[in-house]
Amino acid sequence: MEIGSVFGAGLGGVSRRDFIKVCSAAAAAVGLPAWAAEKMAENVASGRKPSVIWLHYQECTGCSESLLRSSAPDVAELILDLVSLDYHETLFAASGKQIEAALEKAMEENKGKYVLVVEGAIPLKDDGIYCYVGGKKAVDTLKRVAADAAAVVAIGSCASWGGIPSSYPNPTQAVGAPEVLKGSGKAVVTLPGCPANPYNLLGTVLQYATFKTLPKLDERGRPLFAYGRVIHEDCQRRPHFDAGRFAQVFGDEGHRNGYCLYKLGCKGPQTHANCSLLDYCEVPGAWPVGIGHPCVGCTEQGILFGGSTTLETPIYTNLPIEKPTAPFAYPGVGPAQGKMAPAAAGVAGLVIGAAAGAAFVASKKLSKDEGGDEGKK
Amino acid sequence: MTISRRNVLKVLAAGGAAAAFAEPAGAREPRPSGPDDLGMLFDATLCVGCRACQTACKVANGLPPDTENVPGALYDAPLDLNGSTKNVIKLAVEGDASTFMKMQCMHCADPSCVSVCMAGALHKQPDGIVAYDKGTCVGCRYCQVACPFNVPKFQWHTAVPVIVKCELCRDRKNGKGAACAEVCPREAVKYGRRAALLAEAKERIRRSPGKYFEDRVYGEADGGGTNVLYLSPKEVSFKALGLPTLPKFAPAQKAEAVQHGIYKLGIAPVALYAAVTWAQLRVKAKAASEAAHAEHEEGK
Repeated sequence: MEIGSVFGAGLGGVSRRDFIKVCSAAAAAVGLPAWAAEKMAENVASGRKPSVIWLHYQECTGCSESLLRSSAPDVAELILDLVSLDYHETLFAASGKQIEAALEKAMEENKGKYVLVVEGAIPLKDDGIYCYVGGKKAVDTLKRVAADAAAVVAIGSCASWGGIPSSYPNPTQAVGAPEVLKGSGKAVVTLPGCPANPYNLLGTVLQYATFKTLPKLDERGRPLFAYGRVIHEDCQRRPHFDAGRFAQVFGDEGHRNGYCLYKLGCKGPQTHANCSLLDYCEVPGAWPVGIGHPCVGCTEQGILFGGSTTLETPIYTNLPIEKPTAPFAYPGVGPAQGKMAPAAAGVAGLVIGAAAGAAFVASKKLSKDEGGDEGKK
Repeated sequence: MTISRRNVLKVLAAGGAAAAFAEPAGAREPRPSGPDDLGMLFDATLCVGCRACQTACKVANGLPPDTENVPGALYDAPLDLNGSTKNVIKLAVEGDASTFMKMQCMHCADPSCVSVCMAGALHKQPDGIVAYDKGTCVGCRYCQVACPFNVPKFQWHTAVPVIVKCELCRDRKNGKGAACAEVCPREAVKYGRRAALLAEAKERIRRSPGKYFEDRVYGEADGGGTNVLYLSPKEVSFKALGLPTLPKFAPAQKAEAVQHGIYKLGIAPVALYAAVTWAQLRVKAKAASEAAHAEHEEGK
């Protein structure tokens, strides 16, 4: 299906120059080198746009909504120019059997080449009957579409490990895409976040579109370019932490002055994400810590949404610092005691001995003088 | 002066009078913490080394910042307790494990500094705080030598120096207690009644057996008990934390027993005084008799 026909818009009127500008902005926004823009433009010009299939399950569509609000590249440039979005339930004008047919067609045409983006958790309880799309169970569709995908990207915390639907007591036994696809041998790139920063998706998809490679991942499948560091490390309020300035309660003077939110329950010290580095949809300060709320740890399984077995960490409870300030910045407990060198001890001994000897001689002389005096008397 | 019965009695009377002013005390009873004593609890497993307490302490006590810097530190941070620092966060390392250590006055139940203070400048308040009165301090710095935790510090660079040590924010008027505990983001340091804090520390140990070093609270009995209590992670010993291994009794109690025992009923000083006087008089008498002998010889 032609994207343009779905959106009622076409590609016409875009110059190569403008297009490379779009690609440059996209590459820069997602941390790809500048020359990637050229390659991206070449790929697109030669019609090798990656086909993207986007599946929705147990979620709020917040991740799609945030993607719609990205501005460089904006969503129109993204889905019309840079990738070929062949199936997305929210964005498509079509519905019902028509859109299901689109899915089948996209899978068939780009078999083994398309990128699958999963949004939302997949319920497994009672054989997965709690989420049906187009008359098919979520778990079945995911397995079938993932089987022929070149890459699988789970966007948002729900798709990454279960997110909100998996919160205690997890009535539908919701899990993330990696759990469902565990046995299939398919590597799943997870982009947790509630919602995930759209640029992390763009970065991953555009890298795949340009180089046919996926970014380096950590043990939980998260790209290291976005999730390699904890929020605390690059937080704009970090200097306040280092200086020991904390907001004590919401609305106090420290809070109004932008002090560190650690005492109010900030999970930044253990939350791996680039929120503190990459503005959300290019709106400066538009993230929890930026607006004065502690980080809730939405990208970390077990912090905000604890999974099915444990209760979540309360929002007002803070966590130990995973990567504390460099130890050399603190004085040691025992002050460094200087050790006396043997030579110094010898010199000191000589001095003391000489003094003692001189004193002895002097006292002898003194007593002799006294005796002499007495003798004269 | 000749050795006469009269003279010896005079000397003995003077010595006895001096000895009578000495405190007639022997081995004294231990002085444990009172039930309403104020104190603090520091849990080293919770501290994240943010040093908010250091800053808060300086602000609350009106102390100037330190100009000495830890090499590589981002901010002016004190290296140790000193004439302008009553509270400092240090890094305690033992093997591969490390933790943060908050150092300030321990507010001993039976403090050595109070025991040695000749002027009564350091004194134990009824609420358990070891307080300092700069008006009576003579600047002898005995307290510095006596403290087993190396806490009292002297202002070496000031014209009119005083002893600087934590007084548990006793002069803070806002009713919020110690400033360091108030600002701590993780309640790693808590301020309150010692009895309640000790109960809480024991409860923490009970809830997480094996989490804490030796499953015990430092300061419960160490050195006769301290009003500031410590918990350390199991990998880091109290010694590595900089807390000395002390007997279960207060050093001041034993020291006072020895020191005051000597003066008991004035016997020791009187005896010493008498012996010295006797020796002196004997020397003088010998000299006088020698002189008389020499005169006699010359006169011959």
